[in-house]
Amino acid sequence: MSDETTGRLGGLKRTVATIAPGESRFETSNTRDANVETTDMTAEAGQSDVATTERNETESSSSGGVEMPTSDRPLGTPRVDDAVIEARDLDVFYGDTQALNEINMDIPEQGVTALIGPSGCGKSTFLRSINRMNDLIDVARVEGELYFHGKNIYDDDVDPVALRRKIGMVFQKPNPFPKSIFDNVAYGLRVQGKDDDVEEKVHTALERAALIDEVEDQLDESGLDLSGGQQQRLCIARAIATDPEVILMDEPASALDPVATSKIEDLVEELAQEYTVVIVTHNMQQAARISDKTAVFLTGGHLVEFDDTNKIFENPESDRVEDYITGKFG
Amino acid sequence: MSTETDAPDLSGTGGGLEERMNDFTRWIFLSCALVTVLTTIGIFAVLLFGSYGFFSDVSLVEYFTGTEWYPVAHEPSFGVLPLIWGTMVVTVGSALVAIPLGTATAIYLSEYADRRVRKTLKPTLEILAGIPTIVYGFFALSFVTPVIQRFFPETGTFNALSASIVVGIMIIPMVSSLSEDAMSSVPDELRNAAYGLGATKFEVSTSVVVPAALSGIIASYILALSRAIGETMIVALAMGNSPQITTNVLEEMQTMTAFMVDIAISDASAGSVGYQSLFAVGLTLFAMTLSLNLFSMWVKSRYREEYQ
Repeated sequence: MSDETTGRLGGLKRTVATIAPGESRFETSNTRDANVETTDMTAEAGQSDVATTERNETESSSSGGVEMPTSDRPLGTPRVDDAVIEARDLDVFYGDTQALNEINMDIPEQGVTALIGPSGCGKSTFLRSINRMNDLIDVARVEGELYFHGKNIYDDDVDPVALRRKIGMVFQKPNPFPKSIFDNVAYGLRVQGKDDDVEEKVHTALERAALIDEVEDQLDESGLDLSGGQQQRLCIARAIATDPEVILMDEPASALDPVATSKIEDLVEELAQEYTVVIVTHNMQQAARISDKTAVFLTGGHLVEFDDTNKIFENPESDRVEDYITGKFG
Repeated sequence: MSTETDAPDLSGTGGGLEERMNDFTRWIFLSCALVTVLTTIGIFAVLLFGSYGFFSDVSLVEYFTGTEWYPVAHEPSFGVLPLIWGTMVVTVGSALVAIPLGTATAIYLSEYADRRVRKTLKPTLEILAGIPTIVYGFFALSFVTPVIQRFFPETGTFNALSASIVVGIMIIPMVSSLSEDAMSSVPDELRNAAYGLGATKFEVSTSVVVPAALSGIIASYILALSRAIGETMIVALAMGNSPQITTNVLEEMQTMTAFMVDIAISDASAGSVGYQSLFAVGLTLFAMTLSLNLFSMWVKSRYREEYQ
């Protein structure tokens, strides 16, 4: 653990959780092992908590976490005090195409961070690099660092499966499994070995996803029989059932009608009370409505400006961002 | 043909001749299609008429309940059960080989193998399907049986085990290829959803992909089994020709198909009851494979992939 101290941040409110499983846990393939792993993580986190507190006292409490290079800093305030996720010089390539270019930004704990920008600007790629979904694409290659609670998730000892159990995801197109509503929500609990009190957890998740009233009597029916908006809320219920720390949402309302969209937006704001939500959207009004912080990506995979949402929409530093926000291009 | 001078000329160059050519080609293609249909009807009719002759001498009750099959003996008996038994043994035995191996292969190809491996391995497997069955038969007789004999010295030269294993190997490509098609058509969104929830590759394969592709997978099993039921050369060569109901798979048995080969090349005179039994057995076999194929179609439509 000690060699990680340089990579560890200061101003964390929460304990440092290391995602790194031990050598033997690296090839975790069944839920029982996963259970042990989770317990281990908390134990390790408990110990390092002390170290973190000490560091906080000695260093100035306002200091951020991982050093941010000055050269490629975007405009605005890319550094926050309570960062959960810190990207440092992050590049992503698909084959020979560079999709993300030297991204440096922090994502604060709780609240909603919106990633906006025109198509092909790399905002979804950035989102997918947070829970290493890009690993599933053969040609994708990641360079640079991305810290989750001070641990670089692209270190060799990080198991993406363990990482994804802490960072949940909701996709652009509602993608419920061809299983019952109940089994959809229970799926994550089962693969993560959190299957004690499944019924209660499923119920709670559906309740928090504001879906329970509509499906209470049809939990045994297929998730595919629901409407698009309901399916997406089912997917959100499925993602929060396992209680991850961070929820990534990739244009979760883009395939929905306005009524369903507003329900999803309410839900996102609700979830942000407790979770760190990172949402990609192409809809600027949506970003303005629901997010606390906004990152603007522009063509070529560059992060141009990152700041409080109000600041971005009312008084952006960059002219290009202003042009984009006001609809002059993009 | 238009009388208006400024209208574009859209008439064909050949006029009425072209129209007749169209009709002619259409008729050619139709008659080609009809050849297949008529052949099927013809085969069915031949089987029915032949069987009619047979069943006017032998009662249906004896045919379906008798446990001894000696159609060309001096005192013949016509109980088809031993032949059905032999067929069942081979079918179940080959299923035990082909279903686990074929399914595992399909999962590997669809979920684990990278594109380059899949591109070479899948055609290689499909070559297995192109090997003439007589070659499989020799393989059973000259390689698999001696290996079995090394472990179980009492094994006969002709035995059901060796034939079942080799028929199983023969139908692996059907199971793996068709199952792989079904698994590959499961959309990636479902895989991503499971990965996003922290599922391992194994969990994604077994708890998301296989259930979503289940109807296609089961249909592949049924088609492979109906192929095993109708398989002839391997069993005729390696399984022997004594119809008997026994649970000892190291012994000789006879399937319906092997019997038909046997009688067709024997000196049973055309028109004799023994010869006509060929048609009755053929009709029984046809009914079995047809109903399996219909069942497979029903499974596919009833449990069609739900994810669309």
